[in-house]
Amino acid sequence: MKRIVPIGPYHPLQEEPEFFKLIVEGEKVVDLEINIGYNHRGHEFISQTLTWDQVPFLVERICGICSDSHPYAYVLAVEDIAHITAPPRAQYIRTIIGELERIHSHYLWLGLAGHFIGYNTVWMWVWRYREPLLDLFELIMGNRNHYAINKIGGARRDILPEDYPKIREYLDLLEKKNAMFTNAILDDPVIRGRLENVGVLTKEDAIAYAVTGPTARGSGYACDVRKDDPYDAYDKVDWDEIVFEEGDVLAKAKVRLIECNESIKIVRQCLKNMPEGPIETRVDEIPSGEGIGRHEAPRGEVFHYVRSDGSNMPVRHKVRAPSYMNIASNVIAVKGYSIADAALVLAAVDPCYCCTDRTFVYENGKKKYSGQDLLKLSWEKTEKIKRRYKK
Amino acid sequence: MANPRLWGLKKSPWVFHVAAASCNNCDIEILDLLTPRWDIERFGIVLVGSPRHADALLVTGVLNRKNLPRVLRVYEQTPKPCLVIGIGTCTCHTHMFESSYNVVGPYDKYLPIDVYIPGCPPKPESMIMGVVKALKRL
Ligand code: SF4
Repeated sequence: MKRIVPIGPYHPLQEEPEFFKLIVEGEKVVDLEINIGYNHRGHEFISQTLTWDQVPFLVERICGICSDSHPYAYVLAVEDIAHITAPPRAQYIRTIIGELERIHSHYLWLGLAGHFIGYNTVWMWVWRYREPLLDLFELIMGNRNHYAINKIGGARRDILPEDYPKIREYLDLLEKKNAMFTNAILDDPVIRGRLENVGVLTKEDAIAYAVTGPTARGSGYACDVRKDDPYDAYDKVDWDEIVFEEGDVLAKAKVRLIECNESIKIVRQCLKNMPEGPIETRVDEIPSGEGIGRHEAPRGEVFHYVRSDGSNMPVRHKVRAPSYMNIASNVIAVKGYSIADAALVLAAVDPCYCCTDRTFVYENGKKKYSGQDLLKLSWEKTEKIKRRYKK
Repeated sequence: MANPRLWGLKKSPWVFHVAAASCNNCDIEILDLLTPRWDIERFGIVLVGSPRHADALLVTGVLNRKNLPRVLRVYEQTPKPCLVIGIGTCTCHTHMFESSYNVVGPYDKYLPIDVYIPGCPPKPESMIMGVVKALKRL
């Protein structure tokens, strides 16, 4: 018999209220319906009422976790219209912040994934090492989140040479801890038991659903804007694209963990080769025309399209965020797995989420699983695997 | 001690987190409060899973057409008296989203908010301070 398990709109996996309808037969998930739009604030419309330099502050508030990615793609798009390039130092600064943001976002995901499988230790631990990174952001840009570093034609703030040692110190700490987390996750039979062969998204499906970022790279589909269409300092540093073939949640976790290492590498090289000079070029006028900007956000490719008519505001601004495609792939990834895995699989694509539980949802007067119940089921499964390994 | 029920709220308030259309940052900072550096559970502040168990609501983000009825429903489910704490500039007014077609307006048109904590996002320290101030007022 088919039953419906609604999750949301206030539910534990997504920060933004989103509504998932799991259609289940017994324990098994047979289908998924997605209903989004609770978080719609009309950024594209508001953007057309702001001036060129105000828009970065708006688009950075699309998503707090990718708050560098959207302005980054936007300024690349406007620079594309005006045919300007940022001075080298600004390019390096932007790259550094982009990579630091990737680390912070991946750690956030890792912590929450730990929470979903009932390993709150992982959550607390990982977030403990995320905290100094936020301090670094505050040191460089004056705010823990929403950094406002991108500016049309350059960067808004400089990274002072006296701050380099602090960044390096953090990277050293992080490198050690990242190795520790990687080993902990790959060696722990329970975590492996929960993540391996769960929520498999094959390469064909990944391409068919046009997923991007770690979701695609975990399915063996190599797509990374930083490699495919390098911008700023990404082609001046040496780093590898991380691709795993398996497509399960473990592969996605591995991609993210190892990517943090690559990010550390990139930041180190950028700091070492940081050119001297100005951090912005003067931009007097944006001519009419259209431009695109692409940036590899922690979750995948962010794409911005901007059209200008020569006035001081964009006439059209289109945003394409990675989670939109990635969330759709959940329909495939969650099919055939148990409800206990659903919480984890839905979270595996790293939609912008938070893990607080929200309301109960009643349907036809019957109480269904709430988000908390899903978490409990997930935790119970971990316990079961743990007991199996103890024997 | 005018009202014993209000006095009851003061000790170890349980909070429920309602994200309206927010940008996640306020929400992430709320989660940050649970992690080792801030660890608000020391003070007995616990994030709970249902509004029916909550003494205080932490609201973040702006209200839009689609989530307004849901947020109001969460508020109705919360046992009264309860505190409503608005976190972030989004809740103080409508932030940058004022001109949007989908944003229905500031919170105080719909919900009685007791404390506003401005900042985009407010730092965890100021969130703790806001909650403490709200409790002191009771
Ligand atoms: S106040 Fe700022 S950080 Fe908080 S939800 Fe609004 S835009 Fe995001």
